[in-house]
Amino acid sequence: MSEAESRSEPAHTGTDEELETNRGTADVNEIPLWVRNLRKTFGGITAVDDAGFEVERGTMTGLIGPNGAGKSTTFNCITGVHTPDSGVVEFNGTDITGLEPYEVANRGLVRTFQIARELSEMTVLENMLVAPKNQRGEKLWRSVLAREDVNQQEYELVERAWETLDFFDIDHLAEEYAGNLSGGQRKLLELARALLTDPDMLLLDEPFAGVNPTLEERLLEHIHDLRDQGYTFLIVEHDMDLIMQNCSKVIVMHQGNILTEGTPDQVRNNEQVIEAYLGGEV
Amino acid sequence: METANIAQNGRRLVTKNPMAAFLIVVGVVLIIDVVRQLATGDITFARILSLVWDGLMRGLVIGLAGIGLSMTYSILNFANFAHGDYITAGAFAGWATTYLIAGRFGAESSIGSLLLVGAGGSVFGGALGINVVSTPLAVVAGLIVACGFTIALALLMDRFVFKPIRGSGGIPLLITSIGAAFAIRYMLRFVFDPGTRGTTAAGAVPDIRPTIIDGSVVFTMHDLALIVVAGGLMLGVHLLLQRTKLGKAMRAMSDDQSLSRITGIPTERVIRATWIIGGGLTGVSGFMFVLWKGTLSWNDGWLLLLLIFAAVILGGIGSVYGAIVGGLVIGIVASTAVIWIPSGFARAAAFFVMILFLIVRPQGIFAGRSTA
Amino acid sequence: MTDTEPDGEYAQRDDEEAVSLFGITFPNDGTMLLALLLTTYALYMIAGFVIGFPVRGLVNQLGQLTFWIALFAMSALALNLQWGYTGLFNIGIVGFMATGVYVTAILSKPVYGTGTSAAQVGGLGLPLSVGIVGGVLAAGLLGFLAALPALRLRADYLAIVTIALSEIVRFALLSNTLSEGTVGGYTLGLGGGNGLILDFTDPLEALIRALSLPFDLVTGQDGFLWTEIYIGIIVNGISVFTPGNPKSVIDTFAYAAVLLLILGGFYVLLRRTGNSPFGRVLKAIREDEDVTNALGKNTNQFKIKSFVVGCALMGLIGILWFGTQGSVTPNTFRPRITFYIWIALIIGGAGSNTGSVMGGAIFAAFLFQGPRYAKNVIETVLGEPSAPSSFAQAVAPILSADIVPFFLYTVDNMRQLQLVLMGVVLIVLMHRRPDGLLGHRKEIASSVPLDRPASNKSLASDGGETDE
Repeated sequence: MSEAESRSEPAHTGTDEELETNRGTADVNEIPLWVRNLRKTFGGITAVDDAGFEVERGTMTGLIGPNGAGKSTTFNCITGVHTPDSGVVEFNGTDITGLEPYEVANRGLVRTFQIARELSEMTVLENMLVAPKNQRGEKLWRSVLAREDVNQQEYELVERAWETLDFFDIDHLAEEYAGNLSGGQRKLLELARALLTDPDMLLLDEPFAGVNPTLEERLLEHIHDLRDQGYTFLIVEHDMDLIMQNCSKVIVMHQGNILTEGTPDQVRNNEQVIEAYLGGEV
Repeated sequence: METANIAQNGRRLVTKNPMAAFLIVVGVVLIIDVVRQLATGDITFARILSLVWDGLMRGLVIGLAGIGLSMTYSILNFANFAHGDYITAGAFAGWATTYLIAGRFGAESSIGSLLLVGAGGSVFGGALGINVVSTPLAVVAGLIVACGFTIALALLMDRFVFKPIRGSGGIPLLITSIGAAFAIRYMLRFVFDPGTRGTTAAGAVPDIRPTIIDGSVVFTMHDLALIVVAGGLMLGVHLLLQRTKLGKAMRAMSDDQSLSRITGIPTERVIRATWIIGGGLTGVSGFMFVLWKGTLSWNDGWLLLLLIFAAVILGGIGSVYGAIVGGLVIGIVASTAVIWIPSGFARAAAFFVMILFLIVRPQGIFAGRSTA
Repeated sequence: MTDTEPDGEYAQRDDEEAVSLFGITFPNDGTMLLALLLTTYALYMIAGFVIGFPVRGLVNQLGQLTFWIALFAMSALALNLQWGYTGLFNIGIVGFMATGVYVTAILSKPVYGTGTSAAQVGGLGLPLSVGIVGGVLAAGLLGFLAALPALRLRADYLAIVTIALSEIVRFALLSNTLSEGTVGGYTLGLGGGNGLILDFTDPLEALIRALSLPFDLVTGQDGFLWTEIYIGIIVNGISVFTPGNPKSVIDTFAYAAVLLLILGGFYVLLRRTGNSPFGRVLKAIREDEDVTNALGKNTNQFKIKSFVVGCALMGLIGILWFGTQGSVTPNTFRPRITFYIWIALIIGGAGSNTGSVMGGAIFAAFLFQGPRYAKNVIETVLGEPSAPSSFAQAVAPILSADIVPFFLYTVDNMRQLQLVLMGVVLIVLMHRRPDGLLGHRKEIASSVPLDRPASNKSLASDGGETDE
């Protein structure tokens, strides 16, 4: 009930130029993710305060900010883990504010987790096969009574799972329990698994945390490959340099607000960013 | 103006917190029904008072036993299903002692019968004239033994049953505790036989029966004994938690175990202290429960366990005061429910309240104030 | 990736891999289960023959053993769906069993008018098949009602809710208020503490008569299979060789055999459920619900389905259990039955369907029926000795080195000690073999083999090269 209320709440009357409450449909093809006036408080503490930004299709966009800037909360509000107190999240032109995480994922906006969360007592292949959408055998009656029907699709899915594992060079681990993988391998598995859901856009929560440099290089290569194939990425990351080198656009959060956004160069030279985030080091 | 205000507040409550509004409506309906019953003479004030008093006494037992359960739940992070059988074990140990002393070490009946708390009807508590006034020494000795025995049992179980798998998480520990519960319960039944025995002579306990409004209400010496013992121990726990270093360490551990390990609180020592305090209170509650109700059976503790869980959940797991308040609430609910519903459902009503609480407010009444 | 397996040959499924139990290795699950069953029967028969147990009694024992094996194996399978696959902690199993059998009773007991004696509670007089379906649906519905709010709870809270629910069910069955009443001209009720007489059609007879329908059309006889074949040939045939009427013993056996068939059905159903995309999502929920949700699965819906199906099956098990018992009382449904089923599941290893069947069989044979059978055997051998009536009388003679009274007391109270033993077994399992006697099993949740498809082979070798 509070969701409905918050959704109909009028937008903040700020001074930002992009403060339109209704976006035209024209740019949907270019802007899959569109966030406005996002606000979330936890017991009196405002974690995200009037955040708004957009992500262009086929790009890698970085979301950075010091600890406690509200990056993770923003992420969680977009992906449906938290329901924002107010604000709008639109994905591919439809309002997804306050939807359940699975509904968000089924619309093609899929996330990974900060600490890779593999399904440890399942094999790598099983992990992969959980992901595909609309599996026939996910209906209980069909999995019992219409085995042929289910099997046919299963063979296709198995093939796709192997191809994806090949792409990420972790096919040799296919029959291993996911819990036995190294930290970096888990990150690869998580990305591979997310891909099997047929997403339009991937939200990566600190994908490089705890990954050794060699694997980091590989992971980056894969992400660049995927972007070239047309996938859109929003990456939350701690490592400034990584974002600056790899993203075409950077959004900087600070104390729940969007401090600034722009190309890496613009951000790097922004006074406020240097002040707030870099602490004057640069 | 006034009524408009109330209406507005009411509307806000219904939209913001429908469950609370629902509970208020239920409460009002129940009160109206009591008024109706009083008006038609279906029930007397004295009867209601008796039921509330009965509930308070039960609540003290539940609360006392609940402190131990709540402490182990929050500090060791698992729901100990063997806790109910610690109560029974403590009661049997204590009552064996009381029988032995009241039976003057075999002068009244064979030592075996006394030690088995009159198994198979071989000797009756009533015949030994046990109550807190005529055999105070036997009662106090039984109380102390119940306390000591349960502490020993709790420590022993921890050492051999829980400690070896403490690292494997709350659910394996819970399952293991169910195994422990059945082993203890049926061992007690094996040794002490399945009969329910009367431990005190019915009607022989000194009491006063003042007439209150429209009937008499009975207050016995055992009510008083229970109030003194339970109240005193609850106060003791309060002082321990607030005033001592151990208490602070326990509070810290229930808040965050890994944190307190880093900050150097001796975890193992705190865990042992938890079992000692929890076990001791549990044994005492078992003994006092039997003294108060006057009967003893092998599944007394198990039957109490779910009510204790209800109390602990109601009060908020980890909160000692929550366990006490939760115990009183559950005790009163279970006792007074018969005003509105058939007596067969009194216990069901208490469980229902617990389920409702788990769903609506799983953090309990005293949420966020663990062990404080 | 240098394996050169011939194309088209799938690697063996996991259930066709060797399994090892009690240090003995079996080529596959089926052999292991069969060997376990045969060994159990052999042990029972040897024990029976050695002490000269009458054949009739022995045969009856084996029939009962089969009954319990089937019952506990089915129960463990149903619980495995909830706990082993989905991670839903249900310790209120008895509540669902009781619901199943009581609803079946109300639907299928014969109608008693108001004229019949006061203590008689009747039913709606519907066919047993309708009653069974109704009972199963009712158990499922109760599961659904419990699941709606409770599935958001932590595992330990769900445990407390389910056990409290099962006790509420038992209190309702015990209550005087609901014990008898007149509803729409029918005398109905739950019977209170006295329970209900289950005077509906004998399920075995009902089943055989139902199977007989095609034969009836041919022979023009009513219940051909039942009257001519079962009673006429089998029962009468056997009675030629044995003194006394063997029908009750044969009934026990036939019903146990029917239960074994139903167990087979359960196994197929739950294996298919488990080894499918549906089961895969359940497993994923058990591992990490948030992740599964983030991958686009409506986890609540999956959890509710799994819980409801499990509860409905438990209801069916309750019906099958009491179908031939003649009566049912509320206090049968104490939480210890739930405890039995948990032990069976943990013996077999949560998460494994084969393990569940094995755990059910081992529990029924060695922890449930075994001690009772041993008591029976020992008492027969010793010529029904009189045991001391209390622990004190049993212990006192030990001081004078006479342990016979204590031994007799122990045997006499086997049912108590049995539960102590079960408790200890559960503790030891949780300490030593938390994954069950079969150890950790890799039962892959997929309906097809997961080998690399042949068309994908060349790609694989490419991948292998760049892997360095």
